[in-house]
Amino acid sequence: MRYWRAAEPKRSYDVVVVGGGGHGLATAYYLARNHHVTDVCVVEKGWLGGGNTARNTTIIRSNYLWDESAAIYEHSLKLWETLEDDLGFDLSFSQRGVLNLAHDLQDVRASRRRVNANALNGVDAEWLTPAEVARFCPIVNVSPAVRYPVLGATLQRRGGIARHDRVAWGFATAADRLGVDIVEHAEVTGFARAPGGRVTGVHTTRGTIAAGGVALVAAGHTSVLAAMVGLRLPLQSHPLQALVSVLLEPVLGCVVMSNAVHVYVSQADKGELVMGAGIDAHNSYTQRGSFHVIEQQMAAALELFPVFAHAKLLRTWGGIVDVCPDASPIIGPTPIEGLYLNCGWGTGGFKATPGSGWVLAETIAKGAPSALAAPFALERFTSGALIDEHGAAAVAH
Amino acid sequence: MLLLPCPWCGPRDEVEFAYGGQAGIAYPADPDALDDAAWGEYLFMRDNPKGRFAERWYHVHGCRRWFDVERDTASNDLLGA
Amino acid sequence: MRRLHSGGAVDRGAPLRFRFDGREHQGLEGDTLASALLAAGAGGAFRSPVLGRPRGVMTAGPEEPCAFVEVSAPWFDLIAPATMVPLVDGLAVATRAGVGRLPGPAASAPSSRQRHAHVETLVVGAGVAGLRAALQAARRGDRVLLVDERAHLGGTARSFETVDGQPAWAWVDAVAGELRAAPDVTVLVDTAALGVYDAGLVVVHERAAARLAEREAPVQRLWHVRAERVVLATGAHERPIAFAGNDRPGVMLSGAVLTYLDRFGVLPGERAVVFTTNDAGYQAARALRGAGAEVAAIVDVRREAAAQDRARADGYGVLAGAVVAATDGTVHVTAGLAIGPDGEEVRLEADLVAVSGGWNPVTQLHRAIGGGLRYAADRSCFVPGGGPAWLEVIGAAAGDVPASEPCWYVTADDLSGHFVDLQRDQTVADVAAALGSGLRSVEHVKRATYIGTAVDQGRASGALAAEIVNQLLGTDPGAQGPTNARPPWAPVAFHVLAGPYRGAAFDPVRVTPMHAAHVQRGAVFDNVGQWKRPWYFPRDGETMRAAVLRECAAVRTGVGMIDASTLGKIEVVGPDTPEFLDRMYTNAMSTLGVGRIRYGLMLGVDGMVFDDGVAMRLADDRYLVTTTTGGAARVLDRFEEWLQTEWPHLRVHCTSVTEQWAAVALAGPRSREVLEAVGTDVDVSRAAFPFMAWRDGEVAGVPARLARVSFSGELAFEVHVAGWHGRHVWEAMLAAGAPFGITPYGTETMDVLRAEKGFVMVGQDTDGTVTPDDLGMSWIVNLRKGDFVGRRSLLRADLVRPDRKQLVGLLPDDPGLLLQEGAQVVAAEHAAASPPVPMLGHVTSSYDSAALGRTFALALVARGRERLGETVHARTFDGGAHQAVPATVTEPVFYDPQGARRDG
Repeated sequence: MRYWRAAEPKRSYDVVVVGGGGHGLATAYYLARNHHVTDVCVVEKGWLGGGNTARNTTIIRSNYLWDESAAIYEHSLKLWETLEDDLGFDLSFSQRGVLNLAHDLQDVRASRRRVNANALNGVDAEWLTPAEVARFCPIVNVSPAVRYPVLGATLQRRGGIARHDRVAWGFATAADRLGVDIVEHAEVTGFARAPGGRVTGVHTTRGTIAAGGVALVAAGHTSVLAAMVGLRLPLQSHPLQALVSVLLEPVLGCVVMSNAVHVYVSQADKGELVMGAGIDAHNSYTQRGSFHVIEQQMAAALELFPVFAHAKLLRTWGGIVDVCPDASPIIGPTPIEGLYLNCGWGTGGFKATPGSGWVLAETIAKGAPSALAAPFALERFTSGALIDEHGAAAVAH
Repeated sequence: MLLLPCPWCGPRDEVEFAYGGQAGIAYPADPDALDDAAWGEYLFMRDNPKGRFAERWYHVHGCRRWFDVERDTASNDLLGA
Repeated sequence: MRRLHSGGAVDRGAPLRFRFDGREHQGLEGDTLASALLAAGAGGAFRSPVLGRPRGVMTAGPEEPCAFVEVSAPWFDLIAPATMVPLVDGLAVATRAGVGRLPGPAASAPSSRQRHAHVETLVVGAGVAGLRAALQAARRGDRVLLVDERAHLGGTARSFETVDGQPAWAWVDAVAGELRAAPDVTVLVDTAALGVYDAGLVVVHERAAARLAEREAPVQRLWHVRAERVVLATGAHERPIAFAGNDRPGVMLSGAVLTYLDRFGVLPGERAVVFTTNDAGYQAARALRGAGAEVAAIVDVRREAAAQDRARADGYGVLAGAVVAATDGTVHVTAGLAIGPDGEEVRLEADLVAVSGGWNPVTQLHRAIGGGLRYAADRSCFVPGGGPAWLEVIGAAAGDVPASEPCWYVTADDLSGHFVDLQRDQTVADVAAALGSGLRSVEHVKRATYIGTAVDQGRASGALAAEIVNQLLGTDPGAQGPTNARPPWAPVAFHVLAGPYRGAAFDPVRVTPMHAAHVQRGAVFDNVGQWKRPWYFPRDGETMRAAVLRECAAVRTGVGMIDASTLGKIEVVGPDTPEFLDRMYTNAMSTLGVGRIRYGLMLGVDGMVFDDGVAMRLADDRYLVTTTTGGAARVLDRFEEWLQTEWPHLRVHCTSVTEQWAAVALAGPRSREVLEAVGTDVDVSRAAFPFMAWRDGEVAGVPARLARVSFSGELAFEVHVAGWHGRHVWEAMLAAGAPFGITPYGTETMDVLRAEKGFVMVGQDTDGTVTPDDLGMSWIVNLRKGDFVGRRSLLRADLVRPDRKQLVGLLPDDPGLLLQEGAQVVAAEHAAASPPVPMLGHVTSSYDSAALGRTFALALVARGRERLGETVHARTFDGGAHQAVPATVTEPVFYDPQGARRDG
């Protein structure tokens, strides 16, 4: 196995992708694979995939409410289903099912609405009664006697998890094989501009690189980059924490998410529970959050899974999520010629990794937003056509 | 957990407060004079610096007063209230 | 391995019994489980998690990578290092190879406690440096908290060392005595600092055994400590060296050997080889010989050092410029194979290899809060620097460790037995393979090999792995440092972190003053946020459907009563209140007369429906605003935000009075009669008390405010009384209403009745994306009155689209068929279409109507108001099958559209 080369950056490329996380690497890969645009450089300020890609809870699903969201997340899920073959890389991709629990009558209404919409959009979805939830996932506490009893759940059987690091490495290696240059430890410090304002390249800590087009795919740092060209965005960067337990014998065979009793959890193949909950409310780039968020998550976890009482927390960490007012991403060109954005995925970016890259690659290669990307244009904040996915995002903002 | 300097109650734990995002975003004096883009700017566009950030906090579980704070978002160091 | 006849801080007169993998053993008071196992000759009974290799106790502290157990008595601990389990009588443990096994439901989690503390100085680590710092702080009058995760104070101070001229242990005892006697000083052992957070917050974990010593139950306690100053005196961990077979039982750290001899009076082996890069190994050699063991040789990587000359002078065999390349043995070590500076091989028979590869300052807590590291070449280790101003690192943790030559691994052709992470069974060969495949960052190597991610958190392997990477890449030592440090410092059970917030205490329960009456009456409850509200009141085993039909019929034909206390109520007072409310609502509130009531709608600044409710004008400068049950806090917070941050010049004050007022709504044609029967001094006649007016007076003998508002469309009176009168008034109305067949009803009936009238439920018929015009409520948006929150947003392009979803009614073709709330509405031609199917909207509310004698629904449908009379289909996907129910689009009012019933 040979992973990606540590390329030396050339003086210029057709496309420079700023951000060497899953989405940026997927963009580069699909530019090369789908559009034969191989004169591409991915610049990453740290070590490849070291941002949110290395820090997320690896949940993959496409059960979002609105047509536009379902389309892009489902496109992504379909790509996931053949991704290991496509990249020639093991990703530990496991479609073990994702349960979204409902705990009050409004939850039930919203869940059924989403199941019906999913089904009519061709996305697999089922509504389960509490008894059916217990059959599918025996360790969930479906007792009616708890504070917020489980009233049912949606199930997407095709949802599941994958190994986050290997996704980044898979895309990087496959892109590299197609001729893409990947340059780590190169931080963008500014942008080269033509007299009319067009972006013509990036200044980095490893030199200036000219580019026909530049894509910002830097998640929590997008605003910092955008500010360098005077572009103000509706993003706010927040800590999102996650944690793992010590290794346990297999107890949880699917992914379980609950908005009301706020926690989501899966068990990795090695045996650790992987858990997350909500963002810390304040803006921060520290990649750490407050401990009370972890404690609240623990209380929620034990409400749903009393059997976890004696499991032990091993490690907590945080990422920097770029939160958008409608919990939907921003994809497409910007008012600045030559500059593209793919950001705002907030707490739900990992599942969209292949779809996001595919769509941005298409947008850049064709010079116009792809059909899947068009609803997520920056313009929607002017027109008011927001795509509000706070409910489906399953993460408290 | 941040320790926030409520000007009325003194330093209190973060869990007593609600976050109000960027400070200093004034409601436009004449909303009708703004086109949709400018109105969208007011509604949604915000600074999001990695560094000094002037932000609002609301002491919801205390004196229930709003106040501004300057904090370094790269280190969480508080720079003043 | 055996217990020495004398020596150590153990009490040979106090034997303790324990069970290890089912076998009975004895240890001594003062032992750890590890020292007791070594004394009993069972130190090598462990297995590695991945390869199942035999392993033994390797260290004497939290950095232990091999000897893990599950504790089942007298407390339960899923997995813990034997070196950190204090021995207590009746301890029962079983070996666990890396993977924990959750106990069954019978082993319920004991409650754990939480405590909050504020101190001037928190000291982590009670070795000599930490004790000194705590003493200094205590003597200057600070409130001090001193914690150490070991069961004793003094850390690794040796009995034969001196501190301030005193024997070390005597010094420790004296300082401990002074600290424990000081009133504002708390000393905790068997207590770990889990993490250091912003502004001096430290989370501290008192473990199970900590409280047993005081004869309390083994209840763990989590402290949240806010300290002005945090001192990390966390010491340094000795570093192993990777060589072939370095994981065999019998290979230990030299400092651990010394600790077992000195503190526990246990001899870990009879014949030892010492393999060292610094002077520390020599201390272990001397102690071994002093205890009656043989030292086969001291193998020192350094070509020359003063310690070598002294040792030779004392009769030790010293191989300088040499390494131990391998161990031999079937399970336990039987020999160390040394290689001299000129390549000569020396076989050293031994049952113990004591290794000292140098010292790593323990800096995880410091790094996790933003502290950095720099490489100190003379000590071959990383030392801390930077970090917040209130955090100080002292002692060995700050880098006060012996000079050491670097030796991370012993070079060889075959590196597949050179273990780096003994919990992940990862070797130098594995690191080399990761690098060989192109990975270059220590972080990538960690993620490819999982080195450092096991239950021991890489304490013994992290720095070593980084330096091996540096060496294999041909870069300088220190070029890359260890991977990011993450809290918690040591694993902690979920239940300890969840604390008391479990079961009924998970979230507060809010109930109205009439709750007990509802319970008595057999109400079935619904959670509305934190509130418990009666959903319906079944009688004689009724189904919900039957109960709701009965309750609805009672309200429309007779009289019903509902506990409306949970609705949000806010008193808004001040000369500028009318102006303020005009800005908060879409309609004018300033024109409301005193004594009158007006329904109002509130929007978000984005123009979307945010909340609704009625406002009562109590005086020129005083209004009582009501909100939805779930929206109360949101609305009040929003009022405060606008008043304080945008309009501080407005003289307005807001007060939440939701819980101060209990409210009962009487609804139905006979409600006036019930009111008269229960007794009131207010003239409730039709002429005297118009709709949307309020009156103050008495009801059932207590002060009350009556309001003629109606969510059901029937004649109705809301009776508001002080909270402590709520139960009384509820019971009084029940009694007075009995002759009229008064029927208590719940939220389901309330929902049905209002839906029959087309009144929206914010949060059910709206979802944050719905404008007033979408709801057909443009009539309530007064664009002439001046600005209000949300006004400008209503004019945005997307909010004036002609194809937006609009609120309509749906009547299923089959009058007995109930549409599913959440069903998607599609055009008739798409009733049976395969996905992807264009959707027009969804069913928001759906009920069986007693008044109509049929089912009906409300829905948001694209261009809904243009579709009146059209047939659409409500599609669902249930039980694996698509279903489509035809329904006719109607106006969203089904009952009494003229409003004729409201006056009774």
